[in-house]
Amino acid sequence: MRRLLKNARIVSPLNKLDLIGDILIEEGQIMEIGKGLSCDDCELLDLTRMIIFPGLIDMHVHFREPGREEAEDIRSGAKAAAKGGFVAVGMMPNTQPPVDDPLRVRFVVERGKDSKVYVFPVGAFTKGREGKELTEMALMAAEGAVAFSDDGSPVGDPLILRRGLEYLLSLDLPYIDHAEDLRLSQGGVANESYFTAKLGLRGIPWVSEASIVARDLLISEFTGAKIHIQHVSCKSTLNIIKNAKARGVRVTAEATPHHLLLDETFLSNYNTNFKMNPPLRTREDRDALVEGLRSGIIDVIASDHAPHTKDDKEVEFDAAPFGVIGLETTVPLIWDKLVSKKKISIKRFVELLSINPANILNLKGFGKIEKGLPANLTVINPKKEIKIETEKFASKSKNTPFEGWKLKGAPVLTFVEGEIVFKAL
Amino acid sequence: MKRKHLISIEELETHEIEETLETAKSFLEISKRPIKKVPTLRGKTVVNLFFEPSTRTMSSFEIAAKRLSADVMNFSSASSSVRKGETLKDTVLNLEAMNTDLLVIRHSASGAAKFLTTFCKSSVVNAGDGTHEHPTQALLDALTVLERKGRLNGMKVVIVGDILHSRVARSDTFLFTKMGSKVVLSGPSSLLPSYFSSLPVKVEYNLDKAVEGADVIIMLRLQLERMVGGFFPTLREYRERYRLTPWRLRATKPDAIVMHPGPINRGIELSSDVADSGRSVILEQVEKGVAVRMAVLSLLLGGAR
Repeated sequence: MRRLLKNARIVSPLNKLDLIGDILIEEGQIMEIGKGLSCDDCELLDLTRMIIFPGLIDMHVHFREPGREEAEDIRSGAKAAAKGGFVAVGMMPNTQPPVDDPLRVRFVVERGKDSKVYVFPVGAFTKGREGKELTEMALMAAEGAVAFSDDGSPVGDPLILRRGLEYLLSLDLPYIDHAEDLRLSQGGVANESYFTAKLGLRGIPWVSEASIVARDLLISEFTGAKIHIQHVSCKSTLNIIKNAKARGVRVTAEATPHHLLLDETFLSNYNTNFKMNPPLRTREDRDALVEGLRSGIIDVIASDHAPHTKDDKEVEFDAAPFGVIGLETTVPLIWDKLVSKKKISIKRFVELLSINPANILNLKGFGKIEKGLPANLTVINPKKEIKIETEKFASKSKNTPFEGWKLKGAPVLTFVEGEIVFKAL
Repeated sequence: MKRKHLISIEELETHEIEETLETAKSFLEISKRPIKKVPTLRGKTVVNLFFEPSTRTMSSFEIAAKRLSADVMNFSSASSSVRKGETLKDTVLNLEAMNTDLLVIRHSASGAAKFLTTFCKSSVVNAGDGTHEHPTQALLDALTVLERKGRLNGMKVVIVGDILHSRVARSDTFLFTKMGSKVVLSGPSSLLPSYFSSLPVKVEYNLDKAVEGADVIIMLRLQLERMVGGFFPTLREYRERYRLTPWRLRATKPDAIVMHPGPINRGIELSSDVADSGRSVILEQVEKGVAVRMAVLSLLLGGAR
């Protein structure tokens, strides 16, 4: 089927595209980009005052298949992604059992084909995510793993990390780092500070993150391997990354919408939808993260979409699992709170949510709107007003800290290979 | 008092603290009568929900409720279905289905009392949640000081020991500072992190200096069960630095009183000769506890005389 997208603003910084015009899609590909395009027997979509972006990518999500499908499966997660304006996700391997061998990678790939968006598996770095023995990374890559990580758990042993990073050099794939010193964070449920001490919540100090980032960046520097730091939460980590980047370490880093827009003061009612790891930190940390988006220390915004059932979250704060969902809230939140408020430019928005994640995961044909490429596109209506309402979520889980927020600017159309996977025009 | 629940001292206004203490004073006399009972809460049902072991606090709430003629049921997790995997919410909803009026909860998780208020119809009284607060303990501490000293304003109150893990320290700090006392916190720096100086208190790691000119000294129990990792090298060293001894008491005001929320570890935070001396008002605290809890129950259930 042929589709003609008319009168939209088309933004693709990689090939310096920013014009009001049309896109013709045929057989899943971008056939033509230009002004005043026309075609017979095309499906016509008038996108006046809307913006077309290269398909957005969330490189950090947790779909709970296999193991906890009642919280999310690959199909429901992909549906939530499409609804949130994403055309592709990087799925973390901490399922039950974990994605730590080639067969399990194949399982995720097969399930992904069956769903609305691209699901790129991130394979486990060590068997069972136990930090002891490397997985068959080359065989997993051959099945479709795009990166490796023990996300949810750190790699505690520096020797295992060194060997794995050295080994990854020959595959030229990135290692994705959940940086946490479990001995320093042990028993903690919230940022360690005056505010959380008053609430009686046991602390996860910022140094439990920053000290491991420092160590792991040195090991990356020593080996020359690529490393991506997940969910940066504090100022001190930013300084360490900045310093490493200046030395030429091959490091990239991400921040989540919740760390960018919330801080520990939101915990005063012990609402478990504000419990995540790393925890929400201070206002100062949060401001530093936003500044990090602008300055280039942070390369990616990723949701760390972590579904948990209502039953799992509706318990005492100490007993609740860590994590919040984000696929259906990230784009409106970032658009309203950061783009509209001029904290980041539209160009930076595309870099953070499409170009850089595509680069880091070596995803060919993503991050750009160009003739001949697959039509993976995200359309945003910058004037659309929405309210975040969990009962309307496509995700099986509802654990968002942003319930009830009113926002302006939302995804309205998502194309994956020319097919409409989400539409709310 | 207009509120429905008592969760923390931090959220209370000064006048609410005053009202509670005034009401408690008027209840003190009831416990001295030959027939220790008034009909204030007749027909009301109070449930003690204790998910952590406690003798003192649970008995105190039970006696307080009974002296007000309420019906009381005690529930402790050892004898509950919590062990069968039932969630806290389900346990509480099941008890509440029997038409309770007020729930007293003690739980090891900070925020557990607040959590109950998100789904309970009954009033909720926090009897200690994790390391967050223990508001009735602070109120009874205040009543004890008030009875002994006649005022709270201007009193120098020194709180000593494991501040980090102590809900009593938090509640006492909020209460005494709100009422105009000068609060000094003392303990090893690992149990008294620097961010506590954000409170309107003085932090003094040296106990000898901390107690100088004190009117009230509140000794805390070392909560060894809540400690992960070595917060201090040995008990011997802790005792040496932070045990209250008759010698250390010489630096206080001559009429200074020594308090402790109990249970005391004799020989660790308190030497026996201090614990058993005329300075110690530990048993008075227990007595005041009943009156304070009577006041809280009656104020929350709207039955104040």
